[in-house]
Amino acid sequence: MAKSTKVPAGRRDFLKSVVAGAATLAASAETLPAAQPAQPVEERASRAMPMLPPVVESDPPAEAEVLNIDRSGSDFMVDCLKSLGIEYVCAVAGSSFRALHESVINYGGNSKPEFITCCHEESSVGMSHGYAKIEGKPLCIFAHGTVGLQHASMAIYNAYCDRVPVYIVIGNNLDATKRDSAYGEWPHSVQDAAAMVRDYVKWDDTPVSLEHFGESAVRAYKVAMTPPMAPVLLVADSELQENPIPEGAALRVPRLTLPAPPQGDSGSIAEAARLLVQAENPLIVVDRYARTQAGIDLLVELAETLQAPVIDQAGRMNFPTRHPLNQTSRRGAVVANADVIMGLEATDFWSALNTMHDQVHRTTRPIMKSDAKLISITTGDLYSKSNYQDFYRYTGVDLAMAADAEATLPALIEETKRQITADRKRAFDDRGAKLSAAHQKALDQARTDATYAWDASPISTARVCAELWAQIKDEDWSLVSILRHFSWWPLRLWPFDKHYQYIGTQGGGGVGYNAPASVGAALANKKHGRLSVSIQDDGDLLFAPSVLWTAAHHRIPLLSVMHNNRAYHEEMMHVQRMANRHNRGIDRAGIGTTFEDPNFDFAKIAQGMGVYAEGPITDPNELGPALKRAIAVVKRGEPALLDVVTQPR
Amino acid sequence: MKLFRGSCRAALATLAAISFFAAPRVGVVSAAQDAKSAESPSGNADNGKQLFVKNGCYECHGREGQGSNMSGPRIAPDPIPFDVLLNYVRKPRGEMPPYTAKVISDRDLADIYAYLQSRKEPPTAKALPLLK
Repeated sequence: MAKSTKVPAGRRDFLKSVVAGAATLAASAETLPAAQPAQPVEERASRAMPMLPPVVESDPPAEAEVLNIDRSGSDFMVDCLKSLGIEYVCAVAGSSFRALHESVINYGGNSKPEFITCCHEESSVGMSHGYAKIEGKPLCIFAHGTVGLQHASMAIYNAYCDRVPVYIVIGNNLDATKRDSAYGEWPHSVQDAAAMVRDYVKWDDTPVSLEHFGESAVRAYKVAMTPPMAPVLLVADSELQENPIPEGAALRVPRLTLPAPPQGDSGSIAEAARLLVQAENPLIVVDRYARTQAGIDLLVELAETLQAPVIDQAGRMNFPTRHPLNQTSRRGAVVANADVIMGLEATDFWSALNTMHDQVHRTTRPIMKSDAKLISITTGDLYSKSNYQDFYRYTGVDLAMAADAEATLPALIEETKRQITADRKRAFDDRGAKLSAAHQKALDQARTDATYAWDASPISTARVCAELWAQIKDEDWSLVSILRHFSWWPLRLWPFDKHYQYIGTQGGGGVGYNAPASVGAALANKKHGRLSVSIQDDGDLLFAPSVLWTAAHHRIPLLSVMHNNRAYHEEMMHVQRMANRHNRGIDRAGIGTTFEDPNFDFAKIAQGMGVYAEGPITDPNELGPALKRAIAVVKRGEPALLDVVTQPR
Repeated sequence: MKLFRGSCRAALATLAAISFFAAPRVGVVSAAQDAKSAESPSGNADNGKQLFVKNGCYECHGREGQGSNMSGPRIAPDPIPFDVLLNYVRKPRGEMPPYTAKVISDRDLADIYAYLQSRKEPPTAKALPLLK
């Protein structure tokens, strides 16, 4: 609480008065006796004021007597963050939230939350994205309300599409009469700061009092963490941050109670169980399903109860890769064979059941039987927006539960078990045996596929995967990267069974996600002592490589293995497709899509940011020893990077 | 004769199974073709290696023709018969973009084919400790 009694109406009033008074003194300093002690002059004033006419003022304004306050509004805001259990604030320092910054590091002791220094707001949000998928809760982002949020916006969109909670606080100067041009506060101010990202945040607010901020801070966290989870945003006005907490103010942080996720109703659950039990060939399709380890365990129980195959669209770590009922690599066969298909948080259910043909005339073809019954359980039915089209193609289903799939599974498992008869059990066992054999055959095939180009240079992605596994298999590992461009090799060859061993994809397809998300996930893994590993696409790292410095500075242990194919390779394939379609030859497809002449030296880039690095590695026989050395560094608590020159996919 | 024979066909089956991960998707030949193989033309494997890169074949199939479930099936070693390959390249039925004679000549395709034929069989998975 502020001790001073002469508190100006606003912080800016106070500051301007000090500046004006000090400038007057500075302007006349030459006439003062040398022995006279200099009056405090704000450093910025001495820089800015010579450009302005002298201010004639006989006495400093009365407000200048107030030079210190004990507690600012930003202290209370930090109290709010602490009450929510937020462990970290990721931010690029910015003047519009300077009070919040200072309150975190001094008032809050720079602990829970701890300030994580980022060099790009896209990195701040990307780190939060990865962190949340490991830890199951958000960290906090601070950013300028204008330029910072603009930098952050793509990463927010990724998190929104991925249904991941991100907690954003942005600074803004709403009162136009308090904006200081010397700080660039006019272009850093905005009428409706959240408008730019409102299409892809779940909720935002602009509190006008500290009481309001307290309620909105808790409400924002609750909204973000209620499935379907998504980013939220609060605007922290600079005046509100910097002004003293009013004397006698009875501020409190409201209690947080997270709502239980919505479950499917009993009638729908009974009908879903009936369809699944009676089906000759039921199938379960999952995407952003499992929120926790319990979610994985529940899906295993349901699949085993039914002896039903599972197709994992890999939005989360949903189902053990080596489980005999994991039939992901047999998608075409099991979908075509299924008579009942249940989607659990299947974001793009349509594409699991159909194919699209990308030639001049795009055509589609169903894979599923025309009379197959479809069931969906998804929070996607509870929440959608119009502008950005991340809701995918509409899928007509026979039974839809607007509910959280993980929360619904206990009741569905219980009802399924209740409806199973001895006859059905025998049928299930026969089905399970066939699926188990097919799973083993697919695994053997994956191993055979991995042998091709085994000794090639550039190094095959399968070889990288196998070499990496040999070095981490006895560790408590966590693979914190997207795998799509890596031919999904780890999911095909490694045994995944823990929720933190895989964190899905970027959601919105925005390139530049993987590097910060893997650092954020590694930050979350740090306290658990896990070995975080990222397969890092070259093009992705180039968006904001400075996140490597953040990892080095904060001693975030992470092994980054570059998938350096020296191209935006997917885009090159797109250009190739167009060139072929237009019958012009593809020898120019590398223009605008490749990174050659000169090659990026990612090891030097990383070394320049204080990260242990080796490479470029082009000989597959050198990879194993290099991995050993890099992992030793990571196990000491630091990041390491290996630049591996790879095959395209 | 099948369009993709032996383990190449198995690679296609895998591709068909998990291609939902992929964008752009990869074409899956809907049915194996029965066709009589013509004699393989003589070609220059060294020139074929250059053409394999220049014409972007490696982009989807890998520099050794090893394939990927994300982009294109394995096409080497032991490639499909040349006449089947030629027909498919000219008029693909899956996701592969078409290569007309204006873009790549039969002669150049023969050189590429020679390159694919020159690729050596890899060791078996059981012979590789890292894949056990």
